[in-house]
Amino acid sequence: MKRGIAITGMGIISSIGDDVEQNHLALFEGRSGVARVRHIDTILHDSIMVAEVPHDNEELIRRSGLDIENSFSRTTLLGIIAARQAVADAGITSMSSCRTGLISATSVGGMDMTEKYFYTCMKTGGGKKFIESHPAGMSTQQIAEDLGIEEGLVTTISTACSSSANAIMYGARLLKAGLLDRVIVGGADCLSKFTMNGFNSLMILSDEPNSPFDADRKGLNLGEGAAFLVLESEEQVKKDQKKVRAYLKGYGNANDAHHQTASSEFGDGATAAMIKALELAEMKTSEIDYINAHGTATANNDLSEGRAIIRVFDKQVPEFSSTKAFTGHTLAASGSIEAVYAILSMQHGLIYPNLNFKKKMSEFDLVPITSLKERKIDTVLSNSFGFGGNCSSLIFSKQP
Amino acid sequence: MKKVYIHSAGSVSSQNTFSDEGFLEKVISYMETVIPAIDAPYKEFIPPAAARRMAKGVKMGIAASTAALKEAGLENVDGVITGSGMGCLVDSEKFLRGIIDNQEQHLTPTSFIQSTHNTVGGQIALNIQCKGYNFTYVHGSVSFESALMDAFLQLKNEEATNILVGGVDELGEHTVEVHKLIARIKKDPVPSEDLYTSKSIGAVFGEGAQFFVLSNEKRDSSYAELLGLKTLNTLAKEKVASHAEAFLKEYDIGISDIDLLITGDNGDQDFDGYYDELSKQFPVAIHARYKHLTGEYHTVSSFGFWAALKALKLQLVPAALSGNADKRELKHALLYNQYRGIDHGFTLLRRC
Amino acid sequence: MTELINELKEKIITQLNLEDISVEDIADGDALFGSGLGLDSIDALELIVMLDKDYGIKLTDPKEGRKIFETVKVMAAYIEEHRSK
Repeated sequence: MKRGIAITGMGIISSIGDDVEQNHLALFEGRSGVARVRHIDTILHDSIMVAEVPHDNEELIRRSGLDIENSFSRTTLLGIIAARQAVADAGITSMSSCRTGLISATSVGGMDMTEKYFYTCMKTGGGKKFIESHPAGMSTQQIAEDLGIEEGLVTTISTACSSSANAIMYGARLLKAGLLDRVIVGGADCLSKFTMNGFNSLMILSDEPNSPFDADRKGLNLGEGAAFLVLESEEQVKKDQKKVRAYLKGYGNANDAHHQTASSEFGDGATAAMIKALELAEMKTSEIDYINAHGTATANNDLSEGRAIIRVFDKQVPEFSSTKAFTGHTLAASGSIEAVYAILSMQHGLIYPNLNFKKKMSEFDLVPITSLKERKIDTVLSNSFGFGGNCSSLIFSKQP
Repeated sequence: MKKVYIHSAGSVSSQNTFSDEGFLEKVISYMETVIPAIDAPYKEFIPPAAARRMAKGVKMGIAASTAALKEAGLENVDGVITGSGMGCLVDSEKFLRGIIDNQEQHLTPTSFIQSTHNTVGGQIALNIQCKGYNFTYVHGSVSFESALMDAFLQLKNEEATNILVGGVDELGEHTVEVHKLIARIKKDPVPSEDLYTSKSIGAVFGEGAQFFVLSNEKRDSSYAELLGLKTLNTLAKEKVASHAEAFLKEYDIGISDIDLLITGDNGDQDFDGYYDELSKQFPVAIHARYKHLTGEYHTVSSFGFWAALKALKLQLVPAALSGNADKRELKHALLYNQYRGIDHGFTLLRRC
Repeated sequence: MTELINELKEKIITQLNLEDISVEDIADGDALFGSGLGLDSIDALELIVMLDKDYGIKLTDPKEGRKIFETVKVMAAYIEEHRSK
């Protein structure tokens, strides 16, 4: 792409902050959101750690001024909050002033409510209203409704942990094709018994705060949150004289085609995704200032991703870190949450640290940035790799 | 900008669309509120080591996609894009039931792994070793159209040459139960042929998988050209016809150019009115409907797409679809679907 | 021990949904992973759950599983030694 796609707004809610400013402050001050589970009753309470948004649903509803009698899952609540912020940040006052779309992403959807009312709804009818809120797509439609998008291009992507990165990619594609003038892209996922137990059954959850790229890493901590970006066409930016926060310069998606949940030994899919992103951005590897790694702290991902990074960057691996020790692994939302962090990195000239790292992995010579570092950052590569071998890389830049 | 063609189509449905070479000459009439799909001979293309973990949806998806690849004479493609409204429901329910019934104890990972929405797309890629682009769209009744749109844009833009695109949804026991509870499924069974005059609320639910190879290289054997498509999250009933007309105009096509109109009526008296509004505007076109053969599911519009392709290639519309066997020249087909007033999709095809 | 070995073969077939395989097809000393029966890492996790559920043995490190599940004979011996159910 000769010119990057303009990002004119962003919004986020995570375990470390309710908006962009709070997230930045927490990252700046090294404050992680990882702790024991608080909002869900689970036998896993003492054996895992998670990163929850510190407000229960009632609080989220109250703060958002939503109708108490809503049928929103927690995923939707988080999504609405972040999407509204992004829209406000982009200075959008009317959804119909130009062709506006919404591409969201989720893996949990309304599962938090489904698991709560699984039998109840049949026995007593309690929770019936959440039945149709279960599918991923309904969560997105509820966000679209809240934002006031009508007769619009609205859809949902669900490719596990690369979902919202893919939503950003698809939004860009739609803008480039001239089908939309602006598009709100991102994703949301809330914590649920389903995901906690699911990842636990795979034995990849850590009972301690996660330590990405560490030789003694024990696994991931699940997190929850939502983040959205607003992408706008060049014409629209000029027309509305928008302030551009950053540019989406390149992106790539590839499939590992190795195993349903594990990445290939040398990260074939990851390598291909990064190379595709660089090619689209028409950038050399030396032009990447910083990598926000997927870095989930599982034995498999960090090894595979590390090797893939070396394959792509060879002897000149840029400075990198994983921010998942702050936010946990927010599954479908991770791509868009980390996109916001990539933009913040560029805006503030900061590399946020890879917390909890103590010992270098034996398989290679990669050491992440472990304390807050000030430096000029003009370009960021952000990785998101999911189950089903789904590998995505996004490149953000300060300049078009 | 290149043009986009469809080279092949595979279908696993509640009709014999997988095994039958023909085009709905003989159809099965059902008297149910839930219609399961007829299984394809899965053992022929799925090794037992993989099949043992798969629920029906994944198997249907693999069968349909294998058939599409075979017909297109391809062993691999540049990308796999899948649409699914509910993803892998059976495994989701299994894992969830396990959590609740066993108080989170002794949970086995297989059903969790299989439950992710992109399992079908991932499994297809694994099978054919396709390391290319792989997305899964999960947005109600435009899940399939979203997948189609993505492929369409990439092919037009020459980012790929051949892309496998499909829609798949499976029936899940618990999901059926709760949808009966909220009257989304008809209370009483109706015979297939009386679906559209049933005068009752709710639909008959179904399941199935349809996959297609889309390409920007034309072949003599191509089914049709995909001219364009559009999705809208909401649309008032009164605006459907005018929107359809405006959509067609984008391609310099008028109402009278449409020879075949395929709509997603599902027998729900509260929402079939959307289709009445539209068909009134197309008095010349042959009007075909398909959900009496398949039941309703989020990606069932992929069956409508399959039917449109067959009709354009064979230049006939079987009585099973339109009520009367009709043989006239078919050049343009317009498809329209929605579910309970949201997720509207318009698709325009032209004979090659 | 023979009883346990046969029991294990049946459980492996059921738990892992090995439809085309019968107890007679699995020799006591057959490799379960890699070659032989060709099980993979997901199957290992399934067997770990089975160990806990049916025999009260809790494994915390999935890597331990590979050694224990080498063959049905090895599995049986391990279970005999460590079972609490």
